[in-house]
Amino acid sequence: MYNKKVLDTYANAKNTGEIENADGVGTVGNASCGDIMQISLKIEDDRIVDAKFKTFGCAAAIASSETATEMIKGKTLDEALQIKNADVVEVLEGLPPQKIHCSVLAEEAIAAAIKDYRDKQGK
Amino acid sequence: MRVYLDNSATTAVDREVLDAMMPYFTDTFGNPSSLHGYGREALAVVDQAREKIARLLNAKPTEIYFTSGGSESDNWALRGAAHTYQKQGKHIITTAIEHPAILETCKLLESEGFEVTKLPVGRDGRVSLEDLKNAVRDDTILVSVMFANNEMGAIQPIAEIGAFCREEGILFHTDAVQAAGSIKIDVQEQNIDMLSLSAHKFHGPKGVGLLYIRSGVRAGKLIYGGGQERGFRAGTTNVPAIVGMAKALEISVRDMDNDNEHIKAMRDHFIKRVLAEVPYCKLNGGMEHRLVNNANFSFDYIEGEGILIGLDLSGIAVSSGSACSSGDLEPSHVILACGATMEEAHGSIRFSFGKDNTMEQTDYAVEKLKETVTRLRSFSPLFKEIKGEDTYV
Repeated sequence: MYNKKVLDTYANAKNTGEIENADGVGTVGNASCGDIMQISLKIEDDRIVDAKFKTFGCAAAIASSETATEMIKGKTLDEALQIKNADVVEVLEGLPPQKIHCSVLAEEAIAAAIKDYRDKQGK
Repeated sequence: MRVYLDNSATTAVDREVLDAMMPYFTDTFGNPSSLHGYGREALAVVDQAREKIARLLNAKPTEIYFTSGGSESDNWALRGAAHTYQKQGKHIITTAIEHPAILETCKLLESEGFEVTKLPVGRDGRVSLEDLKNAVRDDTILVSVMFANNEMGAIQPIAEIGAFCREEGILFHTDAVQAAGSIKIDVQEQNIDMLSLSAHKFHGPKGVGLLYIRSGVRAGKLIYGGGQERGFRAGTTNVPAIVGMAKALEISVRDMDNDNEHIKAMRDHFIKRVLAEVPYCKLNGGMEHRLVNNANFSFDYIEGEGILIGLDLSGIAVSSGSACSSGDLEPSHVILACGATMEEAHGSIRFSFGKDNTMEQTDYAVEKLKETVTRLRSFSPLFKEIKGEDTYV
């Protein structure tokens, strides 16, 4: 069901963990649905300099987390917000239809982490 | 190393079984319904297989109907019996942990006006005779309880349920798809009126099964067409598959004690090691009445399909009760019915052993399981290591 790219990304994920004193953290999903995704960001001058994830979920959720965190590194916040779930799916060279929601979760986690940062800045 | 620990999903066809089947693809290939010599030869072979199977189940050859497998047999038993006996009542009793072939058929029957009661199970995955007795009504026409569960291996009190139903005059069907091969089936002793089997679960070929229907029971028919199976199941007789099923059943009964001993030793070793060496996991179902090949665990803080794929990348094949494996959002109805939380059901993994597995493979699976669980927990948002101790956040 999974292609080689998804399996490789799942097996070799390197953005795992949590950034200490992160500038923004976003958590989406819940355990009873089978998916929780948490993305933490290090942000300097409106630019994402580091991104890590912690994910409870299937191989697609883990591969989507890895791909999304990799894609937003080095991007400005506005650029990162332009990344949609379809872009994550494209980098993964496709996900099974019932797993598309995992890529949506990644898009939402990025947005939540950036919102968390902006909310803190706004204070 | 490649390790197949998904023997409850399907099994490899036994070499002896394959050899027995081969002549009936190319040499004795006739249609048993044909009147000529080719047909008569094939018919004789099917008759022999039917007699052999009947003997192994303690049934009569005329009570064995060949089908395409477990799902067809379950569909036939329930729909056929429900429609035939609906004038006497429209109430059916089954369990919360049946295979979808039963539960989906019950849903269809409900849409046709039948009422279905699903018996609950205890933490050990078993139904109680008391609950069954309380659920019976004047209009109950059929009870269907699986012989043994496919996910956590609970063996149901089939003989007792059969005796009770016989006394009450209620028809009793059992889906024995997962039980065949490791439990002795005797339809007389166990008071069974209808029974479903599928060959590929006991080292026979896929695409063939049977429905046992006790003589005197009217179960109508599901497949309409020609007059095969004494007019009750249309479709050209699958001669090689039927020969294979008969051979596989014969071998499984012949070798049952030895195979069970070997399989149980590996399974018990596996359960013991996992419970001792993997923190925060629990065995789903009980130990006393459990298929010898089954181990089903829930691993806290991580999701089952993630574990499955991790093990797969190490060459180990298992199945998972997580929603992500099934394609819908609900995790295993079986693990939930045994009292597990949604999270536990999402994190459940079934390991099912077979006669071809080895102790070396079992130990390899434990090691790879430990690695996979540790890795996935290392980045689970639900799990945190504090001062070297595993702590739930």
